[in-house]
Amino acid sequence: MSTLLELSGVSVSFDGFKAINNLAFQIGEPEMRAIIGPNGAGKTTFMDIITGKTKPDEGRVLWGEKSINLIGKSESQIAREGIGRKFQKPTVFEDQTVRENLAMALKNPRGPFEVLFYRKSADGALRIEALAAEINLTEQLLRKAGELSHGQKQWLEIGMLLAQDPRLLLVDEPAAGMTPAEREKTTEILVEAAKTRAVVVVEHDMEFVRRLNCKVTVLHEGSVLAEGSIDHVTQNPEVIDVYLGR
Amino acid sequence: MRKSFFADNPSVLWFLACLGLFTLGVTVLAEATGAGLISTSFVKTLGKVLCLCLVAVAMDVVWGYCGILSLGHFAFFGIGGYAVGMWLMYARTEAIVIQSLAERTIPPTATELNDAIATQIFGVVGASEFPLIWAFSHSLILQLMMVVLVPGLLALIFGWLAFRSRVTGVYLSILTQAMTLALALYLFQNDSGLRGNNGLSGLQNIPGFEAVPQSVISMGFFWASALALGLGYVLFARVLTGKMGSVIRAIRDDEARVRFLGYHVESYKLFVFTLTAIVAGIAGALYYPQAGIINPAEIAPIASIYLAVWVAIGGRGRLYGAVIGTAFVSLLSSWFTGGGAPNINLGFYTIQWTEWWLVLLGTSFVAVTLFFPGGIGMIFDKLKKGTS
Ligand SMILES: Nc1ncnc2c1ncn2[C@@H]1O[C@H](COP(=O)(O)OP(=O)(O)OP(=O)(O)O)[C@@H](O)[C@H]1O
Ligand SMILES: [Mg+2]
Repeated sequence: MSTLLELSGVSVSFDGFKAINNLAFQIGEPEMRAIIGPNGAGKTTFMDIITGKTKPDEGRVLWGEKSINLIGKSESQIAREGIGRKFQKPTVFEDQTVRENLAMALKNPRGPFEVLFYRKSADGALRIEALAAEINLTEQLLRKAGELSHGQKQWLEIGMLLAQDPRLLLVDEPAAGMTPAEREKTTEILVEAAKTRAVVVVEHDMEFVRRLNCKVTVLHEGSVLAEGSIDHVTQNPEVIDVYLGR
Repeated sequence: MRKSFFADNPSVLWFLACLGLFTLGVTVLAEATGAGLISTSFVKTLGKVLCLCLVAVAMDVVWGYCGILSLGHFAFFGIGGYAVGMWLMYARTEAIVIQSLAERTIPPTATELNDAIATQIFGVVGASEFPLIWAFSHSLILQLMMVVLVPGLLALIFGWLAFRSRVTGVYLSILTQAMTLALALYLFQNDSGLRGNNGLSGLQNIPGFEAVPQSVISMGFFWASALALGLGYVLFARVLTGKMGSVIRAIRDDEARVRFLGYHVESYKLFVFTLTAIVAGIAGALYYPQAGIINPAEIAPIASIYLAVWVAIGGRGRLYGAVIGTAFVSLLSSWFTGGGAPNINLGFYTIQWTEWWLVLLGTSFVAVTLFFPGGIGMIFDKLKKGTS
């Protein structure tokens, strides 16, 4: 397992409020990592920084074998480097079909002219079928994404994430609003993905995190409070304090 | 691929069939080519409406599909008109000047000729020399290239600056409107090189075709306009099918999300903005020879706002909606403002449509926006749903 992404000394503040404070973080490939932390701990902001949505005030975000600095690159460049993201609030293109949503995400050249003259290939169709099967949406391929249930939208977004074939998946609260059966399925998909890629899952639900069965990073006030197995961190008095003390 | 494109887009074939039938009908009824039931001036009106439909389709692509409410596309339309108008005016004036100098025993030198043409064209603004921008006006080919290049380059530069700094929504609309206003105000000046508020006139007289009656020329432009609309429609339908269309609509709905999928949103916007500007320029180049005159008032921001109104009433996000809305509103408008509609006498007040038409249009626009966001095109969607 080699290091894929490394953050060091990253800080960002919004109007004087330090959302991320001298944060250090590392993940290898392949690896599954869960991030937990109370509301406002900076989990989403952490993903915003990696994906180029938010520019940090200081620090470094290094990526890949060549340790390229991601800071200063645009969102689309970072995505093309191989970082995919699922948002906390499911965001799929509601006006388009499930198939169109997946096709757009499929790993292919992204330039306007390449897309304009893109020809549907049997390969791509097969890939979409396979993805749809994986996220339980085979029957829904021709339906508009807006007609899906909340859980199905979450899956579609995970499917779009996998379609990009990224090296690093950032998944923000994938199980929110899901039924227990749906959660189980989601766990399976993520565990499967983590066999070949780096996967970072942000989640509040401890049961869900426990089932991922991976190293856990606890974020608090913008920095790492504890790191280790789920049992290790939940016994940490500081963590207990943060979660239960207030 | 052609085959599958039309198979995937039956509505394009329907549109082309309707356009073909309409063109045939007008041809059969027109003065020059048929029964003479349609006057030459009405043929011109219809030809102009086809050009307006074309620029409206472009507007629908940029606004209805890509989500950029541009209030500048009529400026591109006007630039196309000016570009072709310069050649029309130059070539015709040249012919007149040569004729008037023909009686002289000593043939005029090239400079004399040039000065005479310049005085003839720019006398109204007190100038007697060709401004720099008229450098290519002697050449039809070069001016036709300007029809494409000037709107294209202007859109490319403007779009690059605006999209790069991520100006979106209402701010972008205001910026495009400011560009349009600046252009119109510039052209209003006498030393703009384009005859200030006089604009370019006599454009209906096509050099080389002096002997051909207007009834025939108008048919030629009518057919050319129909062809341009047909081709433009197919071009945009092609751009909007498949993955490209998917990405363009996705940008309209959530451009930030599209970025995280790895697409460089700005390039796509720039592509759409520039392509539609070029088509708008071509539409303008066909429109103004039929109108006969172009002046800076045509480019004023209000024209671009009308364009948005037509598209909204027709139903944005549907190419045929833009055509229907434009044809419907602009024909109705010429009926009302041309005194076709009978005034309504309420006893205490008489509603004169020449004045009240704009109020009616404005009210309809508000009503459509509030109650029928799908516009007239909605009816066709319902029909389509009903049959499938
Ligand atoms: N764009 C912004 N402008 C101002 N403050 C922000 C911005 N983004 C985040 N914050 C603040 O930064 C802090 C961290 O927010 P963040 O969304 O990263 O928390 P989180 O750990 O994802 O919380 P949750 O569990 O509720 O999703 C919060 O206090 C939030 O209000
Ligand atoms: Mg969050």
